[in-house]
Amino acid sequence: MAKKKISVGGVNPVAGSSKNYKTGTWRSMRPVLHPEHCIGCWTCYRYCPDSSIIRITDGKKRIEINLDYCKGCGICAYECPQNKKADKEKTDKKAITMVTEEK
Amino acid sequence: MVKEVIKGNFATAVAAKLARAEVIPAYPITPSTLFPEQISEFVNNGEMKCEYIPVESEHSAMSACIGAAACGVRTCTATSSQGLALMHEMLFIASGMRLPIVMPVANRALSAPINIWGDHSDTMAERDVGWLHFYAQTNQECIDLTLVAFKVSENKKVLLPSMIGLDAFVLTHTMEPVDVPEQDKVDAFLPKYESPYCWLDPARPMTIGSFATPEYYMEFKLAEEMAMERSSAVIDEVFEDFEKRFGRKYQKVVGYKTEDADVIMVMIGSMFGTAKAAVDNLRKKGIKAGLVKMTVYRPFPTKELYALVKSAKVVAIVERAYSYGHGGPLFADVSGAFYNMEKKPMMLNYIIGLGGRDIVPKDFETIYDKVKPSMETGKARMRVEWINVNEEAVKEAEGL
Repeated sequence: MAKKKISVGGVNPVAGSSKNYKTGTWRSMRPVLHPEHCIGCWTCYRYCPDSSIIRITDGKKRIEINLDYCKGCGICAYECPQNKKADKEKTDKKAITMVTEEK
Repeated sequence: MVKEVIKGNFATAVAAKLARAEVIPAYPITPSTLFPEQISEFVNNGEMKCEYIPVESEHSAMSACIGAAACGVRTCTATSSQGLALMHEMLFIASGMRLPIVMPVANRALSAPINIWGDHSDTMAERDVGWLHFYAQTNQECIDLTLVAFKVSENKKVLLPSMIGLDAFVLTHTMEPVDVPEQDKVDAFLPKYESPYCWLDPARPMTIGSFATPEYYMEFKLAEEMAMERSSAVIDEVFEDFEKRFGRKYQKVVGYKTEDADVIMVMIGSMFGTAKAAVDNLRKKGIKAGLVKMTVYRPFPTKELYALVKSAKVVAIVERAYSYGHGGPLFADVSGAFYNMEKKPMMLNYIIGLGGRDIVPKDFETIYDKVKPSMETGKARMRVEWINVNEEAVKEAEGL
């Protein structure tokens, strides 16, 4: 149900308001980053279809996830070489895990 | 008032001119072609200050109407049949964005087989698009209802688009004497349109045609339905105002000899005139027959219609459209609207005049003959029947 007010015909008196719209609310799964296992390879950055992986280079290559726009598709976790390695060696040293988004 | 002998299409073009529509995008299609022809002539001759846009399709015509109306100007177009079908997706956008566009539609059959003549298949297929539906019986009604539609659509309580159905050829191409209202009187009735919520102003940009997630979409749709419900009272107010100014009375539903009638035939459009002659004949034979014409179809005037027909034994819904696999759309609406009423007449459906097949007074006497056994026994013999159709030819072709 609409939690905020609506307007006649959906007219929004603010131009360019789509910048304020956080499409991350669509998400039903959420990626969780485990920085201690991330090797900074940026594979997830290359695969993310929604530009929601942010590359960080403050001394060491690492990432952040922009949850304002991430749709929770899980491609980052699927492609992550650390995750593949963890699966193969049966360890829990995954760099990105997917959890259910609580609404 | 000036009496002119004009065609129905011309009447709707004159109404657009009198309403001072500022943008008219249109694409010609038989039998509504005279509308864009006439508008372009008015504009060319300097009789009308309007941006006439000869677009490349009906889809574009409605899109341009939506753009113009969203800029806050009065706009209209006209179309028919396949043209209306091509506009289909844009019709939802016009109503969803709450843009008061007005569109006379020359009611014509849809292909296949290709046919340019009259029936109501085109507008009936667009009954769920959130537009108000008016239907004209005469060329006078073409001009009057177009003016009324602007006033109702633009009302702040409504803000929904309207279509006005006029029967192909019987109205569109037939000359009738029409009282053409004076410009100053129309100006007083329809002042310049000022959009209350969206307009083009570079100094105040706004977002229109926006996006709504599942959390918001239903509220917009409910808002549309509530506006449609409010439009019912607005139509009554506008009809009253119109009568005061122009002296012609309009009602959402019009009855003819309904008071003591056992059988009432309910219909839409120009066949009402023909049916009146048939009812007069039936009355001469001592048969208590009556008629109802629906001038307004959306919002559906349940209350007014029920008041006229509730005492009849049988209501025969006579219509020029069909929903395959069920029955006539008007029949579905009337029977659905009356379902929870405590006392309701028997309802039967007769399909007539598809693809421009002539409708003559005798047809309504035929319908009465078909109604009679059901009325006498109190049991509906056949729910839906097609009138004036060669069933044998169909059976032969289908190998039955």
